[in-house]
Amino acid sequence: MQWILISCTLLGLSSGIIGCFSYLRKQSLMGDTLAHAALPGICIAFMLTGTKSILYFLIGAGLAGIAATFGIGWITRHSRIKHDAAMGIVLSSFFGLGIVLLTLVQHGGYGNQAGLDKFLFGQAASMIGSDVLILSIVSLILVTVCYFLFKQFKLVSFDPGFAKGIGYPVAFFEQLLMFLMVVAVVVGIQAVGVILVASLIITPAVSARYWTDRLGVMVVVSGIFGAISGAAGAIASSTAASLPTGPLTVLAATALFGLSLLFGSKRGIIMRRLVQQRMKRTLGFGFEEQAATASVDDRLNKEASL
Amino acid sequence: MSDFWILLTGVLVASCSGILGTFLVLRKMAMIGDAISHSVMPGIVIAFLLSGSRDSLLMMVAAMACGLFAVFLIQLFQNKGVQADASIGVVFTALFAIGVLLVSLFARQVHLDQDAILYGEIAYVHWNTWMVNGVDLGPKAVWLLGITLIIIVTVISLFYKQFKLCSFDPALAAACGIPVALFHYLLMGMVSMATVSSFESVGAILVVGMLIIPAATAYLLTDRLSAMILLSVGVGILSVFGGYGAAVMLDASIAGCIVCAAALLFALAFLFSPSHGIVAKKLRLRKLAA
Repeated sequence: MQWILISCTLLGLSSGIIGCFSYLRKQSLMGDTLAHAALPGICIAFMLTGTKSILYFLIGAGLAGIAATFGIGWITRHSRIKHDAAMGIVLSSFFGLGIVLLTLVQHGGYGNQAGLDKFLFGQAASMIGSDVLILSIVSLILVTVCYFLFKQFKLVSFDPGFAKGIGYPVAFFEQLLMFLMVVAVVVGIQAVGVILVASLIITPAVSARYWTDRLGVMVVVSGIFGAISGAAGAIASSTAASLPTGPLTVLAATALFGLSLLFGSKRGIIMRRLVQQRMKRTLGFGFEEQAATASVDDRLNKEASL
Repeated sequence: MSDFWILLTGVLVASCSGILGTFLVLRKMAMIGDAISHSVMPGIVIAFLLSGSRDSLLMMVAAMACGLFAVFLIQLFQNKGVQADASIGVVFTALFAIGVLLVSLFARQVHLDQDAILYGEIAYVHWNTWMVNGVDLGPKAVWLLGITLIIIVTVISLFYKQFKLCSFDPALAAACGIPVALFHYLLMGMVSMATVSSFESVGAILVVGMLIIPAATAYLLTDRLSAMILLSVGVGILSVFGGYGAAVMLDASIAGCIVCAAALLFALAFLFSPSHGIVAKKLRLRKLAA
């Protein structure tokens, strides 16, 4: 039990960290797509090997995730279909294929297929000793890579043009980040499930953004939020046998998001109110007028963006 | 007879989502469709727990409310400075998690399991029929989808011009005095409605496939909105027939096969479309070079 708790915490930590970079590069929903795309990979790995070894699943899901990334890139580059529709197409067709394969496995003559659908919603409790070990090692590797390549990833996320200018292999680092995200998603699937694992990539990063304007701090905060959510999900699901881990982890992450939204020290609602009031006091009347025009502008922009 | 009802259900799902998907693809809101289809979950489960049946009006209303609530939240976070796709991700995972949690908490009381949510139960559509005074009026799902389709067709054809302008040039539409936000939420409401009524037959996740893939296929085949809507519905219907045939042969999930068939049609259009296909583009380049 303790080991499962530790591995869920590590999972949350690593995907929180990776999530920061994907949030800054405006690729949050890629995590969702990659996670859905992993399902056929898992099914094919099971059909080929006939075992439920997590290592094979990781390889299958990873390959499927890479195929999905290339598929999206290919569709957007060679047609006029936009990025979001390309993601939707790849996501749903991979997931459809995965479900077809899943039903084939269930109806076919494979012996020990029971539990394959645990991957849909995640069941941390079904992990065995070797799974825990593999997942923990992979998570630690992710964290280590991010630690050592932090400077490069930072530059690539904020100003890829400049990075290219000073001679960084930007394309390589972008692919590496994408690959790390595939790994983080695939590793998270066991604990959180195909459908909800994207939340571990997105929500902690968004929450961390409310607390700081510095990437270094944001990565740490996001990692901690992810770790807390992972641990909370594992603990809560172990108390009642029938509860899947995934939704609980997601709700823990969402609760942290809600707290950050309200109390975040940099952009939280309450903090903003305080800053506004302070401004009002120091600036007197002029500021209110300004604020009124600003809000009209704001509304016009909003209408236009719809 | 069961084949007929299954295919009819599929055709109705394809028509509803084909029409709405066109607008989602044009307005670059494909992933919002995905988000809505996940977010209606808690509404469906709560209505189910309250009413105890899966085809009440309450379910429709609750699910629509959830879908609109999700759209509203996404917009709210976006205005607060969260990136667009991140706010989509935060909202729909949270709502879907609530739904799944409710299902697993009350799994014993209710007749609603996780498999049904994911894959749908299009194969059992004809078992759940609507009886009035002992007269069999056909499957309830067909009625529900039929009504949804009528509403969608009515609204879209009444406000066709407005929807068209809002999809292509929202700023101009706002300047002309069209209430852009109202039409935005109207479209989102219809997407939620289509999702809920298709949910039972094709499952929460594959609705997205039916919303986006046929519409994107049609987008590659034509430059006219009206033609795109018709083509999108046509592609959807074609994939329903193809997918059902494949599913019967393979003994696999019908909904999954339908989405795979749609993906196959998309791949064909992507390669061989006369106007926007890769092969046609290559040929044109060669002709220019020669």
